[in-house]
Amino acid sequence: MTTSSDIRADAAVVETAAVAVAVAETATETATETAADVLPSAAGTPAEAGPTDPDLAVHLLRLGDDALVLGQRLCEWITHAPTVEEDLALSNIALDLIGHARTLFTRCGRLDGSGRTEDDLAFTRSERQFTNALLTELPNGDFAVTVARQLAYTHYAVLYYEALAGCPDAELAAFGARAAKEAAFHRLHADRWTRRLGRGTPESTRRMQRGLERVWPYTRELFEEDDVVRRLAAAGTVPSPAPLHARWEQHVTGVVTGAGLTVPAPAWSAGGGRGGLHTEEFGPLIAELQSVHRQFPGGTW
Amino acid sequence: MSAQATAALPADPAVAPAAEDELLAHFDALVAGGGTVEPRDWMPDGYRRMLVRQIAQHAHSEIIGMQPEGGWLTRAPSLHRKSVLIAKVQDEAGHGLYLYSAAETLGADRADLLEALHRGQQRASATFNHPALTWADTGAIAWLTDGAAVINQAPLCRTSYGPYARAMRRVCQEEAFHVRQGYDLMRALCEGTPEQKEMAQDAVDRWWLPAVALMFGPPDTEAGGADARTAALGAAVSRRAMAWGIKRHTNDELRQRFVDQCVPQAERLGLTLPDPAIRWNEERGHYDFTPVGWDTYREALGDDTHWARQRIERRRAAHEDGTWVREAAAAYAAREDADAARQRTEEPA
Ligand SMILES: [Fe+2]
Ligand SMILES: [Fe+2]
Repeated sequence: MTTSSDIRADAAVVETAAVAVAVAETATETATETAADVLPSAAGTPAEAGPTDPDLAVHLLRLGDDALVLGQRLCEWITHAPTVEEDLALSNIALDLIGHARTLFTRCGRLDGSGRTEDDLAFTRSERQFTNALLTELPNGDFAVTVARQLAYTHYAVLYYEALAGCPDAELAAFGARAAKEAAFHRLHADRWTRRLGRGTPESTRRMQRGLERVWPYTRELFEEDDVVRRLAAAGTVPSPAPLHARWEQHVTGVVTGAGLTVPAPAWSAGGGRGGLHTEEFGPLIAELQSVHRQFPGGTW
Repeated sequence: MSAQATAALPADPAVAPAAEDELLAHFDALVAGGGTVEPRDWMPDGYRRMLVRQIAQHAHSEIIGMQPEGGWLTRAPSLHRKSVLIAKVQDEAGHGLYLYSAAETLGADRADLLEALHRGQQRASATFNHPALTWADTGAIAWLTDGAAVINQAPLCRTSYGPYARAMRRVCQEEAFHVRQGYDLMRALCEGTPEQKEMAQDAVDRWWLPAVALMFGPPDTEAGGADARTAALGAAVSRRAMAWGIKRHTNDELRQRFVDQCVPQAERLGLTLPDPAIRWNEERGHYDFTPVGWDTYREALGDDTHWARQRIERRRAAHEDGTWVREAAAAYAAREDADAARQRTEEPA
């Protein structure tokens, strides 16, 4: 049955694996491509020190923490999603978010003069040193809560990253442009699910409305402006998110009402994340994130 | 891939019984000549059934196989490794989807296949009934079980059924990346602290047997460790699959290839494969290893253990929790279709 050309064809594929391993052996610190085009580790590239800017470092750390923490929450869904397609979609989004966090952390470590790597920032800070908005750490809840959280965040992220793409720092502007493009896909995913659930069955409508009510009090914090942001905006370094709130509200209102749902009008607004004051559910998230890294002091990964 | 023979077959299944012998002769000749069978071609029922069973089991294995590594996504010790692992688990979900689609070209329905998995009527590879206890397990799984998968599946890239072969070409390419990443992860651990290396060795100690025994199926030759009767039985099944071009090699042949590939890699890592019988056999030109007999195989299966139950339970829970979401999506799609239809009738062109 098996011809010699068959054997050669097999050998070629098996060879691929063997060659792949051989390549891995020679390419220690260089880029490691994966089937999904995972970006090369920024940890491997020596950081040119560059000028420091403590305010910008604080700001980029906040953005990076948003991305990492939301990505971590989405990772919790994988293998628990309603369909295999959603396992795939949510992991895709998580992968992009982790990518954003890596770029932002690497830059932050240079800007604050500490020389900390992306992994130093992700794995060796305590809960109180994380500065993500509380929205991103909210537990996943049911699929509708996750969709509502995605809806709020992605509409904000597209607007903010688009604005960032116009900033004078070329590296940051390029990142903003790339992140805005990726976030636009995540926004499409959230918009579609909001509509499907809103206009699906009575149960899904009820759950989607409840999901919106759950996350809405946490949306305002994304647009908060403090002295750090005001100084950065005044100097023209990066835009403030505050002026984007009106457009955000207009966009999400369009999606929510289009889905036959009501935009919540929360009586209170959560905050504190930017100052390191988190929910009680945040501690376990960080403990899980850092557990292996902390278990092996001096480990190399 | 000799596709030139494809055109020879009539496409209609509803043919007179008298023609069946002729169709079968055509089919046998096509497959024997290394031709490709396409969904609309006539095929024997047994061929269709064997394919559906094999493709479904493979698809289920991809989906269930996401779990042991998926459990480490939230704990990956660096952001680079986290990204790589997310990408890998995502690839496995994609493999599951291609394969379910390939099964659907044979008239199977994905929902029915999943239902059969959840009810225990169909199975995933027992390899994944083993627990991923430490971070190093994610490396050992990618290096060893994905490595075994590449060897096992490489011949399937030329399997006689077209959609399956095409799905497998894509799958194999991605699996080869997984092997490389798994090896790279293990190497980082082996070059790290003594505690890291110890974790790596422990993972290999636990994943070697599931990989070498379960990824290739039971022994099907006497040399491979089966007694004469089971070898004959195994060989008969393998022979039929081979005659139909679904399978191309015996389980034991592929197992040997796997051992030959892994031993030098383990040596370079400085890890010990947990089989004292492994040594180079100059005469055979292969590594000797402890044959995987039926007893070993059965022991490795871990049927109905805590973990076997856990995997299916998690699948079922995810599916049940998601019922309202799938129902909503279906209701929404139906309403959209109805709206579109109404619009077409209201606004005649
Ligand atoms: Fe796979
Ligand atoms: Fe794989």
